[in-house]
Amino acid sequence: MRRAFIRKLTDLVLKNRNIYLLTGDLGFSVFDEFKEKFPDNYINMGVSEANMIGVAAGMAMNSKIVFVYSIIPFITFRCLEQIRNDLCLQNLPVKIIGVGEGLSYGTSGPTHHAIEDIGVMSSLPNLVVISPGDPIEVEKIIEQSLELNSPCYIRLGKSGEQNINSPEVNLEIGKGNVIKKGKDIAILSTGNMLSIAVEVSNALEEEGIDSMVVSLHTIKPLDEDLLRDISTYIKYIFILEEHITSCGLGGRIAFFYSKENIKVDLTFIGLPDDFVTLVGNQEFLRKTYELDVKSIKSKIMLKIKNVGLR
Amino acid sequence: MFEENYIELLNISREIREKILVLHAKSNESHLGSSLSIVDILVALYFQILNIDPLNPYEEDRDRFILSKGHAASALYVVLAKRGFLEEELLDSFSENGGKISVHPERFSVPGVEVSTGSLGHGLSMGVGIALSAKKDSKSFKTYVLMSDGECEEGSVWEAAISASRFKLDNLIGIIDKNKWQAYDRTDKIQNLSLLKSKWEAFGWSCREVDGHNLQELTQIFRIIPFEIGKPSMVIADTIKGKGVPEIEDRMEWHYKSPKSDELKKFIESLRKDYEKSIYKKAN
Repeated sequence: MRRAFIRKLTDLVLKNRNIYLLTGDLGFSVFDEFKEKFPDNYINMGVSEANMIGVAAGMAMNSKIVFVYSIIPFITFRCLEQIRNDLCLQNLPVKIIGVGEGLSYGTSGPTHHAIEDIGVMSSLPNLVVISPGDPIEVEKIIEQSLELNSPCYIRLGKSGEQNINSPEVNLEIGKGNVIKKGKDIAILSTGNMLSIAVEVSNALEEEGIDSMVVSLHTIKPLDEDLLRDISTYIKYIFILEEHITSCGLGGRIAFFYSKENIKVDLTFIGLPDDFVTLVGNQEFLRKTYELDVKSIKSKIMLKIKNVGLR
Repeated sequence: MFEENYIELLNISREIREKILVLHAKSNESHLGSSLSIVDILVALYFQILNIDPLNPYEEDRDRFILSKGHAASALYVVLAKRGFLEEELLDSFSENGGKISVHPERFSVPGVEVSTGSLGHGLSMGVGIALSAKKDSKSFKTYVLMSDGECEEGSVWEAAISASRFKLDNLIGIIDKNKWQAYDRTDKIQNLSLLKSKWEAFGWSCREVDGHNLQELTQIFRIIPFEIGKPSMVIADTIKGKGVPEIEDRMEWHYKSPKSDELKKFIESLRKDYEKSIYKKAN
């Protein structure tokens, strides 16, 4: 996803030299070519995220299009008040790019995990919060982010995420991307859980279960029309995220349905309200927390059996 | 030229202080001492230095002023009104329910307020961003950021300080309202903020110290900015918290209190005496 980001940004800067990339001293090997090509549009702001956000705000006041980049905890929690006051309160359309969603930085430990950032960032007024599902969604969203009139937070995986969408996919910030239609259950996924969601759906098909898969890349604002529509023909909804469920996509969807008094049956598949202190890589940690294809499939099958859908 | 309007400037300062007293008495809001301490700095900037036009407040090439110590916004509003950016009557809505101007300033809530502030340690970074963009666009306007001495306890101030000198922002001017008080004690009793000048110099800024209530000195210092080509400038203005009203001067409680109606009369009288004393001093 990092590569997709910089590939798209390179395209955009070629067309518009008013775009700037500010990094908090990160991007080794990923940004090498960009900084060679566009020395005037690339600024390494050093290890000072609070200042980086403030500087980006000042630049945006002077009509600069600014992308700020760092590892998620550093570019969100570290400088949260700068994001709140300088960007959100003043509604300046700076693009915050965080890398390492969920447990992407598994072995680096809990300081580097990003499992609460959706909750924290979604709580900020004016901020658009996006977690793309694959590199193709990254490219489309980065391009569309230029049209936003408010700040946005785009959380990326790290590397190795496979493409699920076709390059021609019709995608829009704020609209859920329906990957697969289905009528028995719905699997709503955000961020890098998309490939697992698709695999789970395929595995369920073998059991005769017809599941819908949606990449809800935009967490805020939620695609309320789509959620309303799904609830008219599907009762059982499974929400997938590599994030603490209570404050993540699950929490936000539950709030929406509750607010609208829509009766649905939600199953939250994600992380508990706890730090992940177990040492291990993303794959290992996903297995441990039952976020792998096999575990999720069993969980869904059990649910379906209990409610008697089949 | 300066000599001619000096008395007039002194009078503007007095009028502004009087209006600030009235606003705080009416609204019962805090930070009176903080507002009174920056009046002369603002008068020097807004009436002598800044390239701004109240008829065209968003002109692209205007100088930018950021009140990083946002809690002193009452002073900024009164100065903006005096300078023609806002209607005098608007000031009466200061902190009123449904009013336009709050205790801390909000960007573009009224013309002339460039940036939302209120939490300390934010203004300088935004100033760096504005000044950096000006350099990128080859624009010659300047960006002024007014901070408090207590604000220098915020780490983000020093992050901004490092980056300003790294970008060689000689179009950026920091001003410290050094009134030696912070919210709950004297600054030197809380953190070691002595040697402030050497601290800023060590971070690559060119610094001058000035009497923050001497309009002539302030004007002269601001006129020779940048102090050094290729370096951001820092003006450390020695001030008295609550300046102009001896009953308020240099007393911590006036960070919180506001004048009662009987006090207000007395304080306005004190202001007048202080002003007459200044004119007398100047004449002799």
